[in-house]
Amino acid sequence: MDPILSITDLTVDYQTASPVRAVNNVSLDIHPGEIVGLAGESGCGKSTLAYTITRLLQAPAEITGGSIAWRREDGGTTDILTLDGPALRAFRWQEISMVFQGAMNALNPVHRIGSQIEDIFIDHRAGLTRRERRERAAELLQTVGIPADRLRSYPHELSGGMRQRVMIAMALALRPRLIIMDEPTTALDVVVQRNILEEINRLRTEFGFAVLFITHDLGLLLEISDRVGIMLSGRLVEENTPDVLLENPAHDYTRHLLRSFPSLRGDVPLTGTRYVDAEAASAFASAASAASDREEEATV
Amino acid sequence: MTTLEALHLRKNYDIRGTGLRNTVLKAVDDVSIVVRPGESVALVGESGSGKSTIAKMLIRLVEPTGGDITLDGEAIGRGRRSTKQYRSRVQMVFQDPFSSLNPSLPIRHQLARPLRIHGIVRTRAEEDRELRRLLDSVNLGPADEMLAKYPHELSGGQRQRIAIARALAPQPEVLIADEPVSMLDVSIRLEILQLLDDLKRERNLAVLYITHDLATARHFSSQIVVMRHGRVVERGGSSEVILNPIHPYTQLLVRAAPDPKSEPFVVDPERYRASPDVLITADDPGPAAAESPTHWARAWSDDPAVASLLASLTPAL
Repeated sequence: MDPILSITDLTVDYQTASPVRAVNNVSLDIHPGEIVGLAGESGCGKSTLAYTITRLLQAPAEITGGSIAWRREDGGTTDILTLDGPALRAFRWQEISMVFQGAMNALNPVHRIGSQIEDIFIDHRAGLTRRERRERAAELLQTVGIPADRLRSYPHELSGGMRQRVMIAMALALRPRLIIMDEPTTALDVVVQRNILEEINRLRTEFGFAVLFITHDLGLLLEISDRVGIMLSGRLVEENTPDVLLENPAHDYTRHLLRSFPSLRGDVPLTGTRYVDAEAASAFASAASAASDREEEATV
Repeated sequence: MTTLEALHLRKNYDIRGTGLRNTVLKAVDDVSIVVRPGESVALVGESGSGKSTIAKMLIRLVEPTGGDITLDGEAIGRGRRSTKQYRSRVQMVFQDPFSSLNPSLPIRHQLARPLRIHGIVRTRAEEDRELRRLLDSVNLGPADEMLAKYPHELSGGQRQRIAIARALAPQPEVLIADEPVSMLDVSIRLEILQLLDDLKRERNLAVLYITHDLATARHFSSQIVVMRHGRVVERGGSSEVILNPIHPYTQLLVRAAPDPKSEPFVVDPERYRASPDVLITADDPGPAAAESPTHWARAWSDDPAVASLLASLTPAL
C-alpha cells in the first residue's frame, strides 16, 4: 500500500543568533491505519517535526529543505509545504489533526467543552445548523467514552484522563486520516494511560486513521507501535518494527535508550550510563573552532 | 541511625458543600509507613491516591489530622524549634527541578542557606569546603563554575542534582523523594536514581521513594507500598509485590505498566480470593472515586479475568 504521508529529506532550522538545526534530513513514511512511534529526548526535534507536518511552525523556525507529500483520497498528492491560505485551512484538521502535549492546558479554561468542540464545526462545516453541531459534538464525546451531558462541563470539572479524551474527540471530529499525538499520555498515571491507549487503538480500528505517536517513553512506544523511529539531535537515527528494535537494535543510541528503562518484571541489571552523541559533538566542535577562527581573524 | 515511623496517619480535607453540609475528603486514611536506615521504601499509586499528602505530612508541611510520626521512637514537638530540628534530620527532594529552585539566586546561595540555617558551617572557609563536598557528592563540577550559575543555566538533570545536594546539606538521616525523576528525560532518570541509591548506601540514609513508575520502584527499593484512595491496599518485598501482586488494584497497575521486554502480565482474580490474610483493606471507593472504578474498568472489560476482578473490587453502583 502507498504511504499517505511521505516525508523526504526534511530539514528545519531555527534562525536564531546561532542557528540550530532542529530537524536534520529526516525521511519517514506513514501508511494508512498504522501507528508510527517517534521516540527521543527533550530537544531532539520530535515536536518540531510534528509542527512541521501540521504547518504550525512559527518564526524563527524555517523549513530549509525537503518535502512532505500527502496522498489525497482521490489518489493525487499534495505538497504540504506549499499549502497556503484557504487551502491550508481546509487541509488542517480535515486531513491531519493533532492531539497536543499537556491536555491540561490545551483546552480553554473559560469555555464549556461543548462549545470548544462545536468551534471545529463552525470553522470547517459551515453548513451545519446549531442543533446538528450539538448532536455531532455529543456523538463525539460518546465515541471516546464520555457521557454527552459533559458537554456543559468546563475543563476544570474533568479529570486529566477525561480532558485527554476530549482532546482526542476533537482530533477525530472531521474524521482525519492521520492524527499526530504529541506526548498524549505523559501527564497521566499508568492505569489511565493504558486506558487511553486502548481507546486510541479501538478508535483506529473503527475509523482507520493512522497515528504518529510522539513521546520520550520508548517502552510504551515499543508496545503500541507498528513501527518506531528513534530521533537524536534532529536526525532519525533508526527506524524499524518494535521486535527488531528490541532484539537487534542497529544504532548505539537505540541500545542506550533500551538500557535506560528497567523492565518491570524482567531481571535487567541497571547501569545508568551516559550517551555521547559523537556526531553532534564533532559538529559542535568544528562549529566552535570555526567561530573561534572567525574571532581570531576579526581581531587580526 | 534513624528510623522514621509514621503510624496510623490520617489527613482529612474539608470540602465546602452546598448550604450547611460540608463533606470530608479523606486524602490519607490510616496509613502506616516505616523507613529504616539504609533502606528504600517505594510508595506507589495513581494520581490522587494520597502519596504526596503523605510526603507533605512527613516533612511537616501539612499537619496530620491524626496519627503519630516518630524518629527513633521519639515524638516530634510542634514548635518552630522542633520543626527546624526535625527538618535537619528529614529532608525532601521535590518533583519539579524547574520550580523547586529559586530562579533569581545563584546555586551558591541555594546550597549555602541550608548549611547556615542548620549550623553546619559558621565561617566562609567552612562554607566553601562544605559546598565543594556537597557538589562532589552529587557528581557536579567544577565547583566554582557551578556555584556561580543560576538555575536556568543548568539542565533538568543538573538541577535535580542541585536539589538533592540542597536536601543533603543539613546532613539528614531520612530523605523523602517525591517523584524525583518524573520530570526528567528517560535516559538520565537512571543516573539520578543511581545517585540516590549510592547516597543511601554511603550515608546509611532512610529513603522514601514516591513514584508511579512501578519498574523503578521495584529495582530501587526493597519494599513497595501500594496506595489507592488514601489507603494502603498492598505492601511487601518489592519483587514479590510486582511479580506476584495480590490485590486487584496492584494487579491492574502491573498489567497497565508498559513492559515491552516481557510477556503481558496475566490478571488472576483467584490469587486475591485465595489470600485472605494478605494485608488488604476493605475497598472503600473513597470520595474521589466517583468516576475512577468505571473509568479504568472500561478498557479492559473485554478481558473476562479483569471483569471478574473488577466485580470483586468495585462496589455495586
